[in-house]
Amino acid sequence: MDLYAVVLVEMLYGVASLVLISAGLAVVFGMIKVINLAHGEFMMMGGYATITAVNLGVNVFVAMLVIAPVAVGLIGLVVERLVIRHLYGRLVDTMLATWGLSLFFIGLVTMVFGNTTTGISTPIPGFAIGDYQVNGYNFFIILVSASLLVVMLSVLKGTRSGLIARGTMQRPDMAAALGYNPDRINMATFFCGSALSGLAGAVLAPLVGLVPTSGGAYIAKAFITVIAGGPSLIAGLLSSASLFGAVNQIFTFAISPVVGEVALLVAAVVLLRVLPKGVTGTFFKGRP
Amino acid sequence: MDDVALETYGLTMRFGGVIAANRVDFRLRALELRCLIGPNGAGKSTFFRCITGLQRPTEGEVYMRGIETTGWMPHRIASLGVGIKTQTPNVMDSLSVHENIWLAARRFHDLREADRKTQEIIELLALGEIARDDLGRLAHGERQRVELGLVAAGDPWLILLDEPAAGLSAGDIERMTGTIRELNSRAALIIVEHDMQFIRSIAETVTVFHQGKVLMEDHVDRVMSDPVVRNVYLGKKA
Amino acid sequence: MPGSLTRDAITIALVTGVLVWVLPLIIGTYTLTVLVIYGMLALSLGLIWGFGGILCFGQAAFFGLGAYAYAISAINIGESTLPMFLAVLVPAAFAALLGAMMFYGRLGDVYLGVITLVVTLILFKTVNSTAGPQYAIGNARLGGFNGIPGFPTLNVPGLPDAYIWGDGYFYVCAALLGLVYMLVTALLRSSFGRVAVGIRENETRMSLMGYDVRARKTVMFAIGAAIAGLAGALFANWAEIVTPSLFSLGQSAEIIIWCIVGGLGTRLGPVLGAAGLAYLKFLLGQQALIDNALVTGLVLVLFVLFLPKGIVPALSGLWNFGFVRWRLPGHIHQRRRPRGRERTRNG
Repeated sequence: MDLYAVVLVEMLYGVASLVLISAGLAVVFGMIKVINLAHGEFMMMGGYATITAVNLGVNVFVAMLVIAPVAVGLIGLVVERLVIRHLYGRLVDTMLATWGLSLFFIGLVTMVFGNTTTGISTPIPGFAIGDYQVNGYNFFIILVSASLLVVMLSVLKGTRSGLIARGTMQRPDMAAALGYNPDRINMATFFCGSALSGLAGAVLAPLVGLVPTSGGAYIAKAFITVIAGGPSLIAGLLSSASLFGAVNQIFTFAISPVVGEVALLVAAVVLLRVLPKGVTGTFFKGRP
Repeated sequence: MDDVALETYGLTMRFGGVIAANRVDFRLRALELRCLIGPNGAGKSTFFRCITGLQRPTEGEVYMRGIETTGWMPHRIASLGVGIKTQTPNVMDSLSVHENIWLAARRFHDLREADRKTQEIIELLALGEIARDDLGRLAHGERQRVELGLVAAGDPWLILLDEPAAGLSAGDIERMTGTIRELNSRAALIIVEHDMQFIRSIAETVTVFHQGKVLMEDHVDRVMSDPVVRNVYLGKKA
Repeated sequence: MPGSLTRDAITIALVTGVLVWVLPLIIGTYTLTVLVIYGMLALSLGLIWGFGGILCFGQAAFFGLGAYAYAISAINIGESTLPMFLAVLVPAAFAALLGAMMFYGRLGDVYLGVITLVVTLILFKTVNSTAGPQYAIGNARLGGFNGIPGFPTLNVPGLPDAYIWGDGYFYVCAALLGLVYMLVTALLRSSFGRVAVGIRENETRMSLMGYDVRARKTVMFAIGAAIAGLAGALFANWAEIVTPSLFSLGQSAEIIIWCIVGGLGTRLGPVLGAAGLAYLKFLLGQQALIDNALVTGLVLVLFVLFLPKGIVPALSGLWNFGFVRWRLPGHIHQRRRPRGRERTRNG
């Protein structure tokens, strides 16, 4: 019985971390059809922002939940104004440019922080379920992911800006024709997406040893989760994260973490081949 | 069966709850020229996309010269000797006119014959002066003419054209009419069209689509004077 | 393409010969060898992306597969001739399978990017985790993240003890690049190559004209993988070790950057882009002030923003413009006139 509880928690954790990793990319891709391949580096910078702030004496939760998202959001804003702004509507070019940005940020962070592993300890202690030791921090990540989804859903469904956002997602040209400045929507979206990436990087930072190339570990997972999810922002994120998270954890338990990772990737390839429009493009057309 | 170019039986296409084409039975003799008309959303373009393989019909069968082609991919249908022109111009923009037509000719001929055929088509369509220009720089009328050349280069026995006259000037249409007559001496044609003037000048038999079904199929003059047709189609336009 | 294939072949042979003679006077042959290999790798992506319109985010997968196929079979066989062929065939066969799966599923550009990227990652993670002694193919232990060292390097075919190394190896690589370049030229001149360019321009139109786009793209993809595999085997011989980093995303990114900077839709562009950027990286590697990745990344961003066509097309455009202006002052008018007349008559 204890084992089942542990497996359940691990599954939930697997799904939650995928949601967290992918949220920033999903917002940017869903809203303004930009695939930000520097997303992993945005997360990495969120991690560094947290560690720097903690070392300066800031409370760790403030650093993770406030400072990192704002800092990375601002970086995203600069990137949007300088680079992305010129490339809207050219999907492949934005992918290439953001890939270049990802290398650029890796280099920049290496020059500033050095090519060494840094990290902070997890602020929440672990505890035992029966005979099994459970990482208490996993619950925090599940909590953050769940609240993130709830906030995103209520913003999209319940506020005026959410309505504009949903409109823009479906018909950017109509939103523009109705008088909503696409330039400002793009800017705001990219800021929010970057801030979410920063948040994800910050929250996950205590679990990993951070190096300037850490972003590479996230981008592929985020990328496939978002693409496989399809056009609906939240439903897509949730469904593909659940699927991949479950596959990953099952194989991790049954065989090994490496096989878990590989199984996730194989599942993604198979899924895209079978459902080229993504999960929500096939089953839940037209929901946010 | 050799004198029948194209037949469909009960061709049906559903999009969710909408029935875009509803049990269409259609028959085209060899060397016949047929225009498909109907108001927007009547199902003629859906019908066109189903027989060209661009969409797979939900139900029903398509036969070309007696061979069942239901659900075939467009390239297999084209390989039978069927020339297809879609509604929006579909050409290789950064290649020259000559290269475009050569690619079409090469599919059905060896190297030497492809070069000869390319020349022949360029002369037939009077494209000589612009043969080395990139297609992307040409005017709309010229691009439409080149696309007709792509269709003709494979020596097809069945030609399917979706709105060939759309957006053309009067002079271009006149030229297009001549080319279509020329092609009709060797091939059966189906033309989806809106331009009544153009239809009157080329067609004898016209099939009228309405709400996914064939409403009427008759000589162009009788169709145009038919009160029901005028009501659903011409009446709205006037 | 004006001119004949024979003339092209002679030009390529001459240029290769002159470069092979001159360049070693400036740069050491050890460095030159890897520039040549990268040039070939870039050409493989330049062919399928620039002419075939297939954007592959995982060209490094075929590079790595070629290198590993060579290393593993060389250890088992003990000499290099058959392994060189395997290094070409294995990636080509893998690409044919992968390509068939993708193209017959009618996947769009972005999905192609995702899948090729993911497949590269799968290979990377799998190979990376094969450190234990139980992971071996024949006598070759895969070695996980440590890679496979100590395999027999290139020898004269038929003489397993006559190794080709140093300057000699550079000449072999340069000659092979010249040969591959010539084969690519011939391919692009052939009907298959021209049809491939047609497919890049407009898939729907080409399929409406009766071409089986899926099959042709699959073949094109496999040809690109074969070239990348050859480059991988040559790299393995140069480095005398193969490691999973050959499969890394960073490697894939670099190949894409070479093509973008050099210029898509040309044969020369990717080769020059690879050699130039790899040499720049080599120079940057000798100093510690500015990080390598920062410069590479910045170069890619700047090119996408300001020179998306790449250096070679931009230069040749400039050259043609100057040349045409100088030789034929009335050229532009001569070409415009007939079209102007036609339009007035029609209107």
